[in-house]
Amino acid sequence: MQFMLLFSRQGKLRLQKWYVPLSDKEKKKITRELVQTVLARKPKMCSFLEWRDLKVVYKRYASLYFCCAIEDQDNELITLEIIHRYVELLDKYFGSVCELDIIFNFEKAYFILDEFLLGGEAQETSKKNVLKAIEQADLLQETKEQKVKLSILH
Amino acid sequence: MSPSVPLQEMIRAIRSARTQCEERGVIQRECAAIRAQFRQADNGGRSHNLAKLLYVHMLGYPAHFGQMECVRMIASPRYSEKRVGYLGAMMLLDEKQDASLLITNSIKNDLSHSNQYVQSLALCTLACMGSAEMCRDLAPEIDRLLRASNSYIKKKAALCAVHIVRKVHDLGELFAPAARSLLAEKNHGVLHGAVVLIIELCERNPETLERFRKTVPDLVQIMKGLVLSGYSPEHDVAGISDPFLQVRILRLLRILGHNNEGASDAMNDLLAQVATNTDSTKTVGNAVLYETVLTVLDIKSESGLRVLAVNILGRFLLNNDRNIRYIAMTSLQKIVGTDHNAVQRHRGTIVDCLKDQDASVKRRALELSLALVSASNVRSMMKELLLFLSSCPAELKAHAASGIFNAAERYAPSQRWHIDTILHVLTTAGGDVRDETVPNLIQLITNASELHCYTVHKLYRALLTDISQQSLVQVACWCIGEYGDLLLRGECQETEAVQVTEDDVLDALETVLQSHMSSPGPLTACLSLHHFTTASRIRSIVSIYGSCIDVELQQRAVEYNALFKKYDHMSLFPPPVCGFPQVCDLLDLLGGSEETLQPSPAVGAPAPGLLINTASTAGGDLLDLLGVLEPAPLAPAPTVPVYEKDGVTLTLSCEKQSDTGLTVTLTASNSTDSDISSFTLQAAVPKLYLSLAGPFLAASHYIKSFLLQVNLKMRVRISYTSQGSAFQDTVQIDSFPGLDAAGQ
Repeated sequence: MQFMLLFSRQGKLRLQKWYVPLSDKEKKKITRELVQTVLARKPKMCSFLEWRDLKVVYKRYASLYFCCAIEDQDNELITLEIIHRYVELLDKYFGSVCELDIIFNFEKAYFILDEFLLGGEAQETSKKNVLKAIEQADLLQETKEQKVKLSILH
Repeated sequence: MSPSVPLQEMIRAIRSARTQCEERGVIQRECAAIRAQFRQADNGGRSHNLAKLLYVHMLGYPAHFGQMECVRMIASPRYSEKRVGYLGAMMLLDEKQDASLLITNSIKNDLSHSNQYVQSLALCTLACMGSAEMCRDLAPEIDRLLRASNSYIKKKAALCAVHIVRKVHDLGELFAPAARSLLAEKNHGVLHGAVVLIIELCERNPETLERFRKTVPDLVQIMKGLVLSGYSPEHDVAGISDPFLQVRILRLLRILGHNNEGASDAMNDLLAQVATNTDSTKTVGNAVLYETVLTVLDIKSESGLRVLAVNILGRFLLNNDRNIRYIAMTSLQKIVGTDHNAVQRHRGTIVDCLKDQDASVKRRALELSLALVSASNVRSMMKELLLFLSSCPAELKAHAASGIFNAAERYAPSQRWHIDTILHVLTTAGGDVRDETVPNLIQLITNASELHCYTVHKLYRALLTDISQQSLVQVACWCIGEYGDLLLRGECQETEAVQVTEDDVLDALETVLQSHMSSPGPLTACLSLHHFTTASRIRSIVSIYGSCIDVELQQRAVEYNALFKKYDHMSLFPPPVCGFPQVCDLLDLLGGSEETLQPSPAVGAPAPGLLINTASTAGGDLLDLLGVLEPAPLAPAPTVPVYEKDGVTLTLSCEKQSDTGLTVTLTASNSTDSDISSFTLQAAVPKLYLSLAGPFLAASHYIKSFLLQVNLKMRVRISYTSQGSAFQDTVQIDSFPGLDAAGQ
């Protein structure tokens, strides 16, 4: 995968994960154009489109578009499954996830994504294991913070 | 995990801004505060600050001042700070930034951290934005982790290695042994990572590929386990056990089996099993089937398996899900060259997809349909394609039109059908055809001499119905001018007879002129018709346009008026023929031997026009020179040498035989001691070379050959054998004795 974008129906970016090195300017340009292209598509249309020299796979979940750019030899249908798995993970983590969850907890959306995909490829194919790892990492974060607080008091 | 209150407050504040300006104000204030915080000593709230900055960055505002903070945070002992620091690094520090190198050391340390979640952060960041330099630096660490760590780290290390290999290809060798041993692991995450790594290694290095071929039996075993095993809750997706891993393994098998009989045989049964057993009611099953089909078609599979694969694609074509139809066509496109007949069997369904609502599906269907046109189905396919053209989305029109033209040219069952097809395209999509369509069509029409009557009638009728398509109008005007006599004659074998009077024709031409298309075509057509018809109405039309606002039309009208006045007595000229600069190679020698003249040629010019069919008609009347219409005093023809080399000399002399003919005599002589044999001389003149005052070509791509002046150029090629060696030379002659610079 080259990059993944999450954006609302008004075109506001909610998450961007880039797996290829591009300048900020290029990223903005690509984002702008791709968002426009995807938003222009009608509801019943195909989830795949050829954009520039990339294959783009996108799917809308409620008010959010999940959009991935994959390489020529990648399997489009399994990419749809990857998107779906990510949504399932978010859903399990936030408990019936909605766009606001992702807005106000964007850093967690990233942490979850980074526990599911690494370098643009799926790293863990078991939903349970991904969620377990996030849980453990969150716990670690809490514990450490508490440790810090205690030390200040003394 | 508890939410970051400061972060959420800021987000709320930004979102409540009612205008862009207000939002910018809030952001500016927040950024100032963040900056101040960064400068302060450690206050326990650093991660919140950086998180805020990252949010602001996602909204599109500059955040580069946070880069150093990321570097500091990554080096912090606190996990919360590391976590946000690394996230910041992935968002703000791409490999192009200098600051990215500063985190190499932190990453190195964290890779050996006692806590696996810290290790994980480092691995993730390296795999996301590691530069080539960082990769080279840390590769040995990754290799170590690939061998000796827990599954959680191994799977990440494998994908990190993938990134490293993509950045620094040579390091592939380093990871190959570890990758091999990872295939023995049971953990799906590790297996998946291992397969991805092996794919990467094999794609980059053919030797590595050879070595990994030995793993085919192992891979087949793993797949069998996945496909035949019972329900595994951890990895199950709609009844398929770990589809992600299955798809990866299938892809690796594809690479290993490609062009290799042995490997392909070893996987044949498995592929058949997967193809038949996988449940295709849900997308996930189809994803696996899709990958299986791709693999079957790309390795040396048995024909039975191949047929099975194409049939699966055929089933996909009938699937309700548009996505499935789309990928079916993408796959069929890949094999339409190699398995043409198999794909032909599904032609009906593919053609149906032309009518799909989705533009992506339409595009795929168009590509595939064009590839499936053959001599046997061209009539029916063309019907469908023309139907498609009339309603297809704008972005596909040009492609469809040119595809149709190509197909028509290759498989046209008859000339009439060909002309009809092109006319149909021009009527429906005239605006989207390429420029050379018009001259090509004119060429075609001219060649189809039996159909001239039919064509001109048809074009005339088309002109009457619709004058909005520029290219169609151009061709129609030309045709009417050219074959106006056939039009006026009324009878026609191929279509119903229609009585067309001169006035009807002139009405039509006038309508075109008045439609502001500023194309001189109709005027020129008038000029041609001049000698078929009575002159008076034509002259009045043309003279009206002598005061037209459009400069081009005005110029032409004035010139034509002059012609009328001057050459009134020439109203019975034989119909001139026209040629096209784009189609013929101006000043290029026509390839082939059609133009071979005998040595010492005398070129006579029986008619003042030029004939254009060089390729199809052979013979000596091809090099008629343009007639010069002004009578000139006949002076004795001077002879000038035009070529002299190696003892071979060519001299040239011109003589005006008559008002309309020019004779050019080329004399070759051999002044060497030895004989020259196999002497051939080829001469070519531009088909049409005009220099009427003012631009004559403009929007129309055809020209009439009424000329007042001629600039004659000739290119001569000689070839001969002398003393056993072959010689060839070319010379261009720009000036002709007896003619002045203007060719008079």
